[in-house]
Amino acid sequence: MFAIAPHRSRRSRRYWRSAFEGYLFVAPWIIGFVMFTLGAMLTSAWMSLHRWNLLTAPDWVGPANYRKALMHDPLFWKSLSNTAYYAFLSVPLRMALSLFFAVLLNQKVRGLAVFRTIFYLPSVVTGVATSMLWIMLLNPDVGGINFVLRTLGVAHPPGWLTSEQWAMPGLILMSLWAVGSMMLIFLAGLQSVPNELLDAARVDGAGGWMHFRHVTLPLLTPSILFNLVVSVIGAFQVFTQSFIMTGGGPANATLTYVLYLYRNAFEFFKMGYASALAWILFFLTLGMTALILRSTPLWVYYEGDKP
Amino acid sequence: MKRVSAIATYTLLIGLSAIFALPFLWMVSSGFKDLETIFEYPPTLLPMETVTVFSNGKHTPVGVYAPSGTRPTRVLILDRRPGETQVAAAADIGARAREWVPNRSVTLYRRVHFRWENFPTAWNAEPFSRYTMNTLIITTFGIFGQALTASLVAFGFARLEWPGRKWLFWLVLATMMLPQEVTMIPSFLIYRKLGWIDTFLPLIVPSFLGGGAFSIFLFRQFFLTLPRELDDAARVDGCSSLGVYLHILMPLCKPILATIAVFSFVAHWNDFLTPLIYLNSSDNFTLAVGLRFFQGAYETDMHLLMAASTLALLPVLLVFFLGQKYFVRSIVMSGVKG
Repeated sequence: MFAIAPHRSRRSRRYWRSAFEGYLFVAPWIIGFVMFTLGAMLTSAWMSLHRWNLLTAPDWVGPANYRKALMHDPLFWKSLSNTAYYAFLSVPLRMALSLFFAVLLNQKVRGLAVFRTIFYLPSVVTGVATSMLWIMLLNPDVGGINFVLRTLGVAHPPGWLTSEQWAMPGLILMSLWAVGSMMLIFLAGLQSVPNELLDAARVDGAGGWMHFRHVTLPLLTPSILFNLVVSVIGAFQVFTQSFIMTGGGPANATLTYVLYLYRNAFEFFKMGYASALAWILFFLTLGMTALILRSTPLWVYYEGDKP
Repeated sequence: MKRVSAIATYTLLIGLSAIFALPFLWMVSSGFKDLETIFEYPPTLLPMETVTVFSNGKHTPVGVYAPSGTRPTRVLILDRRPGETQVAAAADIGARAREWVPNRSVTLYRRVHFRWENFPTAWNAEPFSRYTMNTLIITTFGIFGQALTASLVAFGFARLEWPGRKWLFWLVLATMMLPQEVTMIPSFLIYRKLGWIDTFLPLIVPSFLGGGAFSIFLFRQFFLTLPRELDDAARVDGCSSLGVYLHILMPLCKPILATIAVFSFVAHWNDFLTPLIYLNSSDNFTLAVGLRFFQGAYETDMHLLMAASTLALLPVLLVFFLGQKYFVRSIVMSGVKG
C-alpha cells in the first residue's frame, strides 16, 4: 500500500499538470462559452420573464411574455407562418436543385472547376450587395426575371416584392440562387460513393433513374441529412433579405421571425419580449432538429450498417 | 447513347451556369448605365445610351429616321406628340428645317457607353473609403483572432489528455445549433455595460474567444490527420506543449490556416446583423451597413446603388478566386466528417 502511494501521487501530479495544460489551451473557448453562451442564455432566460425597455429597471412579469406571444400577438403568428412558408418551400427546392447540380457535375465533365465556381459563387456573396441586385432583378416592371417570364409568354408576371402574395416567393426564388455550399456537400457525398457499387449496379442493368433512385440516393442520405438540418436552421433565421429588400412588407407579407425579433429588441426596445421570442425560436429549432434526427433510422443509410 | 447524354449534360451545365452568372453580369453592367437606361424595358445587358447633341443650352436626342424603302438617316428629335415626331436633319444643328413624321419611322440612336464616372460618384457620395477601412480593420483582427484561438483550442482538444475533454467537445459542437438570436440580446447588454457600443470591439472580441465552433471543429479535424509521433518525438527532445503547437504543428497547418482565413474573411465582410446592432455613428460603419444607408439615401439612383454594390463585392470575389480550393476543402470536411 505505502509503497504504491508515492508512485500514484507522482502519476497524479503529471495527470493534473496535463489536465491544467489542456484547460489552458481550451481557455479562450471556455471564457467565451461561459460569458457569451451559457451566461448569455441564462441572462436571456431571466430577461424573457421581465418587461424591460433598457431605461427603467426590469419589471418581473413571469411567463407573460410567452403568453403574449402565443396568445395575444397576431404579428408573432404572422412572422412565424411567413418563416415557415419560406422554409417549407425554399428548403426542399434548394435541396433538389443543389442535388441536381451535384449529379450533373459528377458526370466526369470537363471544366468541372469552372462550372463549380459559377454555381458556388452566389452563396459566397450573400448579403447587402446581392440583396440590392435582387431588388433590381425582381422589379415587376423592368426587372430581369419578369422580362424572362414575358419572353416565355407569361402575359401578367407576378408583382414580386411589391405584392403581398408574391413578395415571399420572390425571396424564395432568390434563395435558390445561393445553393452552392449544399451542392458542394452533395458533390463530396457523390464522390465518396464507392465505384464498385456503381459498377455492380450497371452490370445488373440498372440505368438512369432506377440507378439514381436505388443506388445513388440511398448512399447520399448522410449528406441529405446534413444539408437538411443546416438549411432548416438557416431558413428559420432568414433576416438580411427581408430587412433590406422589403422591410418586412408589403402588409407584413415578408416579416420574418428574426426580423420581428430584431424590431422588438432594437427598434421597440422590448428586451424582455424579444428574449422570449428568441427562446421560442430556440425550442422550435431544437424541436425540428430532434424530429429530423429521430426520423433518420427510417431513411438515412450508413455504410457498414446492417440492412 | 453515351454521346447523347454527354451533349445533354453539357447543354444543361452551360445553360444553368449562364443563368447563374447572368445576375452578376447584369449588376456590373447596371453600374455603368445611366438612370434612364437602368429602368428601360426591355432591359439591356450592355449599358446603352441615347446619343444627344448639345446646342442652344440643351441636349437634343439623336434618332434614326428610316421611312420605308429609303436608307436610314440620322436626325435630331425635337418634339413628340401622339403618333408623330418632329425631326430635323442631323447636320442642321439650328433645326431650321423641321418636319413632323410618323413615330414608327423614327428610332432613338443608341450606342454602348460605359459611364465609368458612376463608380467614383457612388464611392464619394458616402464615405465608402472610410467604411472599407473599418471593414478591413475588423476583418483583419477577426481573421487573426479566429486563426490563433481556434488553433490553440483545437490543439487542446486534439492533442492533450484531460478530464472532460470529450464532453466539452460535444458542447462545442452543440453551440453550432444555437441560433445567434438567443445570445444576441444579452451579448448586446454585456457590451453596453462594458461601454463598447459603437466601437469595433464587439465585432472583434468574439473571434479571440475560440473563433467559433466551426473553425475549432475544422482545426481539430486537421490536427487529427497529423501523425502523433511528431509530438512524441518533440516531447522526448524536451519540447513543451506550447512548443509542440508552435514549432511542430503550426508549420504544417498552412492549408487549414488558409481555409480558416478565407472563410473568416468572407464571414466578416458579409456580416450585416452584428455591425447593424453595434455600430451607430456613420464614422464606424462597415461596408455592409454603409451600403444599406446608401440605399436609404439614394433609393432612386439605382445605377449608383449598383455601382457601389459592385465595388463592395470586388474584394470578396478576389478572395474567392484566390482561395477557391480552400473553400471547397472546408465545406467538404464539414459535411462529410460532420
